[in-house]
Amino acid sequence: MTLWEVFIRARRGLSHTHAGSVHADDAETALRNARDVYTRRQEGVSIWVVRASDIAASSPEEKDPFFAPAADKIYRYPTFYEVPEGAPHL
Amino acid sequence: MGEGLLDQVAEAEAELLAAADRRLSRGDDVQAWFDAVIEADQKVEPRDWMPDDYRKGLIRQIAQHAHSEIIGMQPEGNWISRAPTLKRKAILLAKVQDEAGHGLYLYAAAETLGITRAELVDALIEGRQKYSSIFNYPTLTWADVGAIGWLVDGAAIVNQVPLCRCSYGPYARAMIRICKEESFHQRQGYEILHTLSHGTPEQKAMAQDSVDRWWYPSLAMFGPPDTQSTHSAKSMGWKIKRHSNDELRQRFVDMCVPQAEVLGLTLPDPELRWNDERGHHDFTEPDYAELMRVVAGDGPCNAERMAHRRRAHDEGAWVREAAAEFAKKAATRKGEENR
Amino acid sequence: MTDLVLDPIMLGDDALLAAQRLAEWASRAPTMEEDVALANIALDQLGAARLFLSLAGDEDELAYRRDDLQFRNCQLVELPNGPARTDLDFGWTIAKLLFLSAAQRQTYEVLAADGGPLGEIAAKTVKESAYHLDHASLWTRRLGDGTPESHRRMTEAVQRLWAYTFDLTVDRVAWLGVIEPVLAEAGLARPADPDPKLGGRVGRHTEHLSYLLAEMQVLHRAHPGATW
Repeated sequence: MTLWEVFIRARRGLSHTHAGSVHADDAETALRNARDVYTRRQEGVSIWVVRASDIAASSPEEKDPFFAPAADKIYRYPTFYEVPEGAPHL
Repeated sequence: MGEGLLDQVAEAEAELLAAADRRLSRGDDVQAWFDAVIEADQKVEPRDWMPDDYRKGLIRQIAQHAHSEIIGMQPEGNWISRAPTLKRKAILLAKVQDEAGHGLYLYAAAETLGITRAELVDALIEGRQKYSSIFNYPTLTWADVGAIGWLVDGAAIVNQVPLCRCSYGPYARAMIRICKEESFHQRQGYEILHTLSHGTPEQKAMAQDSVDRWWYPSLAMFGPPDTQSTHSAKSMGWKIKRHSNDELRQRFVDMCVPQAEVLGLTLPDPELRWNDERGHHDFTEPDYAELMRVVAGDGPCNAERMAHRRRAHDEGAWVREAAAEFAKKAATRKGEENR
Repeated sequence: MTDLVLDPIMLGDDALLAAQRLAEWASRAPTMEEDVALANIALDQLGAARLFLSLAGDEDELAYRRDDLQFRNCQLVELPNGPARTDLDFGWTIAKLLFLSAAQRQTYEVLAADGGPLGEIAAKTVKESAYHLDHASLWTRRLGDGTPESHRRMTEAVQRLWAYTFDLTVDRVAWLGVIEPVLAEAGLARPADPDPKLGGRVGRHTEHLSYLLAEMQVLHRAHPGATW
């Protein structure tokens, strides 16, 4: 059987998050299995399954050059900006 | 399960997120980097470098844990067909189903370490890997479903909550999910025993008998005493394990004593009493020679549990083959369409 | 037949015995994923049974204190998960589920449209049935169009169980409209209609029901009046 990685959108407005994996021979079964195994307690979710072998991953050795620039651009984060006093709901 | 334990799960989750923000500088020395990750309470992730013993130790522990969930379905599953009310039947079925789900989460975590589930299942079926010895005891009456929930799941939770902080990311995340889902398991067991204990004299006797039988095997779930434990020191250094066997066993006893009083049931230990000096209860240790015998395969139900698992695996082979063959045919058909 | 199949006792008994049989798979399914899936379906059926039986009276009195002659389920659901009493044949379970869930979905749709207390329950259970039918169809295709062995086993299950499908629903034509395409897609022959095995709806059952009830009711009956 093939290994499938499972990504679940737990609620509307959230992005899909890796939940774990299931075994199945095809995508149709993998989706059903993911539904049965990973959403036993909730409804209204969206599920993606991806063949584990189809995921291209950056190797850990590449980690720093790969991800450091994004973390350096602190202006991408809301906390970079000073909020003037009295400005609500920012 | 007490609110306190659920809070600990939430704390572990918050810590997991907080530790991830600590920046570690990374040189060429992978061992030093690994040590720094552990030191900073960060998580080791699947593609990170890790010492070979760390990987092997984790595979052994996670696999044993997964096997325990899968074999653990049997003793309780034994009572699904005879549950005394439809409500109890639904709760028990949902619980046994959770165990299958939790086994799956754990096999998935083990697979991130570069081993396949098929290899692990083979190791279980061929007896090369162990599962928790507690599941080699029989469930003789309905009250045993209650005792398993209260004592066995209670002991499991005490063992598992610290694992939510374990240094290997996929294992820690699986444990957080499992602990949250299992919060009802112990409560339903406690409720069953409470109802029986306050029911007819026959029901109360049934409840007491099952506590008498499950108490010492539950204490043995924490493993051999610290002086004899083979894997403990290394595991603690790597932050896979956070507390010693004896520490956790004591914590469990201290939790159970007041709970037993509310149940109106007696824990079968005449030496059990509060020790003011230690701030803990003194208690009689379980029979570790018995534990070793059961672990080695000579418990009341070892042979049955393994035969049941093997039979399910063997009898399902034709279904798994059919699914594989169907997928192959469907892929070929799709290939022809696309040509 | 029309009135018969709209009876909450019949609907409840069908769902209850389906749950009891499906739950026998717990810890025994062909894959771990399927173990979880079958338990989900069993839990849905059990939930539906409790709702329907509670409309007719006390759910536990009805489930645990009636004898087999008083049960009103179709015979299909009381049959074991294989040709003999202790068999666990996944093909049989899937064929039974396919036939039952197609009927339940159809009946629940009608009831949900009618409203009333039965309709309220049916509005909930109809979604579950659709999923059960989807699951059973998925496996029927895989077993029917899988290996020669799975094809042989699935064919036998469909053939042997066909006689038990005549009292599942009020509208057999609509039911066939769902089942026949699934069988065709799975490469399974639609059986010729044999003499229907009827009787469940009036309390005439197979030998299997008494065994099933003996096991299901033993503890409850051993302690009359006890609470659990």
